[in-house]
Amino acid sequence: MTEADTLIRLAHIGRTFYLGDAQVHALRDINLNIQQGEYIAVMGPSGSGKSTLLNVLGLLDRADAGVYHLAGRDVTTLAADEQARVRSEHVGFIFQSFHLVPRLTAAANIELPLMLAGINPDERAQRVKQVLHDYGLDARAEHRPNELSGGQRQRVAIARATVMQPTLLLADEPTGNLDKVTGEEVVALLEALNGQGVTLIVVTHDQSLGARARRQIKMDDGAIVSDTAASVIVGATRDEST
Amino acid sequence: MLIRDAIRFAIQAMSAHRLRSLLTMLGIAVGIWSVILLTSIGEGMHRYVLAEFTQFGTNVIAIAPGKVKTGGQAPAGIPSTARLLTMEDAIALKQLPNVTGATPTVWGNSELAANGRLRRSTVYGVDADFTRVFSSSVRIGSFLPAANMGDSRAMIVLGSKLRDELFGQQNPLGARVKIGGLHFRVIGVMAPKGQFLGIDLDDTAFIPTERALELYNREGLMEIHVIYQEGVASASVAKVVKSLLKLRHGAEDFTVTTQEDMLNTLSNILNILTMAVGALGGISLLVGGVGIVTIMTIAVSERTNEIGLMMALGAQRATVLFLFLGESVALASLGGLCGLLFGIVTAQLLQFLLPALPVHTPWSFAIGSLLISMMIGLLAGVIPARSASMLDPINALRAE
Repeated sequence: MTEADTLIRLAHIGRTFYLGDAQVHALRDINLNIQQGEYIAVMGPSGSGKSTLLNVLGLLDRADAGVYHLAGRDVTTLAADEQARVRSEHVGFIFQSFHLVPRLTAAANIELPLMLAGINPDERAQRVKQVLHDYGLDARAEHRPNELSGGQRQRVAIARATVMQPTLLLADEPTGNLDKVTGEEVVALLEALNGQGVTLIVVTHDQSLGARARRQIKMDDGAIVSDTAASVIVGATRDEST
Repeated sequence: MLIRDAIRFAIQAMSAHRLRSLLTMLGIAVGIWSVILLTSIGEGMHRYVLAEFTQFGTNVIAIAPGKVKTGGQAPAGIPSTARLLTMEDAIALKQLPNVTGATPTVWGNSELAANGRLRRSTVYGVDADFTRVFSSSVRIGSFLPAANMGDSRAMIVLGSKLRDELFGQQNPLGARVKIGGLHFRVIGVMAPKGQFLGIDLDDTAFIPTERALELYNREGLMEIHVIYQEGVASASVAKVVKSLLKLRHGAEDFTVTTQEDMLNTLSNILNILTMAVGALGGISLLVGGVGIVTIMTIAVSERTNEIGLMMALGAQRATVLFLFLGESVALASLGGLCGLLFGIVTAQLLQFLLPALPVHTPWSFAIGSLLISMMIGLLAGVIPARSASMLDPINALRAE
């Protein structure tokens, strides 16, 4: 393992919310290194800070304390528009409730990040077509979200998250709204993407889904209570340095 | 994000709520429609009134005796006098450079007796330059001849209506007309000129000025109308006229009004009138604008989720701002375009149904109204679009 392979480095990250007078420590002193191409499940009870961690990783939220390096760059204190650019280029989000734009067709939903990035229409059309084909959605290209099944919707959402070819894929309960069989399909799809080298981080309640990841991080009350890979990686780094 | 995509996105968002968008546009359309219709009528009026005044030509200067001014009280016992405008003044004015004619004018209302009939009419005392100054023409016979001073003969030219009333279809040339004890011989009949602001210009008679002074027992003229060469600046002619009369009178005891001044003043008044009726229409436009603010505010709160998603997908705040602004501008300008078309069609229809009502839609109003509706869209969109772009992406994504 070299420094260059480290995609994410979180050092002493903290995030505190204020609910009225009460302070809620959503994240406390999080230290985390994630290598390019890892497959990680973040688990823990509700309110343990999993989603906040995901939001901080995806630059939707900003930490109050600590330093965040993404792909070797310090992104802790980026301005909102800079954050948006990093999200556009590096991060793909997959949500529990799909978040498809209801008035747009499947193809137009997938095209959205390309359009927002200002890519020219010819290239867009080509990339959307390719992605539709890859995800077996050719026949559904002109359907609106309400004409698609849950599995198809999540496939469209995954296609949208990956069409910009991000290095980091963040999934928040991706199977939460799906039945078991379609959930399996979606997970298989995500794992296939991970197989192609995309770093995959899944937040989930589902023990069996979590167990499939190569590395499990358990959180409670805003802190990491266990990390299956920590010892391995620390060990590996030590091995290399010796 | 490319502009073309932003426009397409805005139109998609609008067409997703077809009825709602149409109703919102209707608000703006009604506003623009009323502005266009009202200003069209105002502008038509404007043109109509100006045309009424310019039918006598625009290169005319009117000189009236007396000067309106406020001064200190005159020394006790010495009466202040204003010299009268005289025939000699008029003749001197004819000699000025660039002046092509001057007609000394006196008028009154008298009973004319001829052919066994009586009719009360307006009698003008003018001279041979009258036809040129007031661009009128003679239908039969001839107009008053250019007379030598103190030697004008008792001749009369009848307006077309007066001729019809007094002589019917008979040939009036050579007939005698009696006005207040003086006898005149008919030498011509004017071509019909129609009405001017409700005054019948054909129910008139023209006699030499000197005879009119005699008839009405006056010493001075009521007005002198000077016509000058087309294309010469009215101010310079007015200046020469003033200096000549000052020289003759020793003081400025007369008032010079150029047709241009008068038309400008009139035009200003009419413009204000047009603007005032336009502003009345503007009130409905304002209501339409409020409608857009309402709909855009609803749209932002309905699509909070979508805004959060777009931010997660890498949309900059400015992009979100422009998307919503674009939507509001598109709503307003499409509505404005519809209103403009309705307005022009209604104006044309009005003109067709009521030809007497002057209606005119200048291009500048059409383009101006489109720009105004875009501006309204922009203004109406600012607050909702800003609040959209300020949303926190996490909260926006979580909103249901």
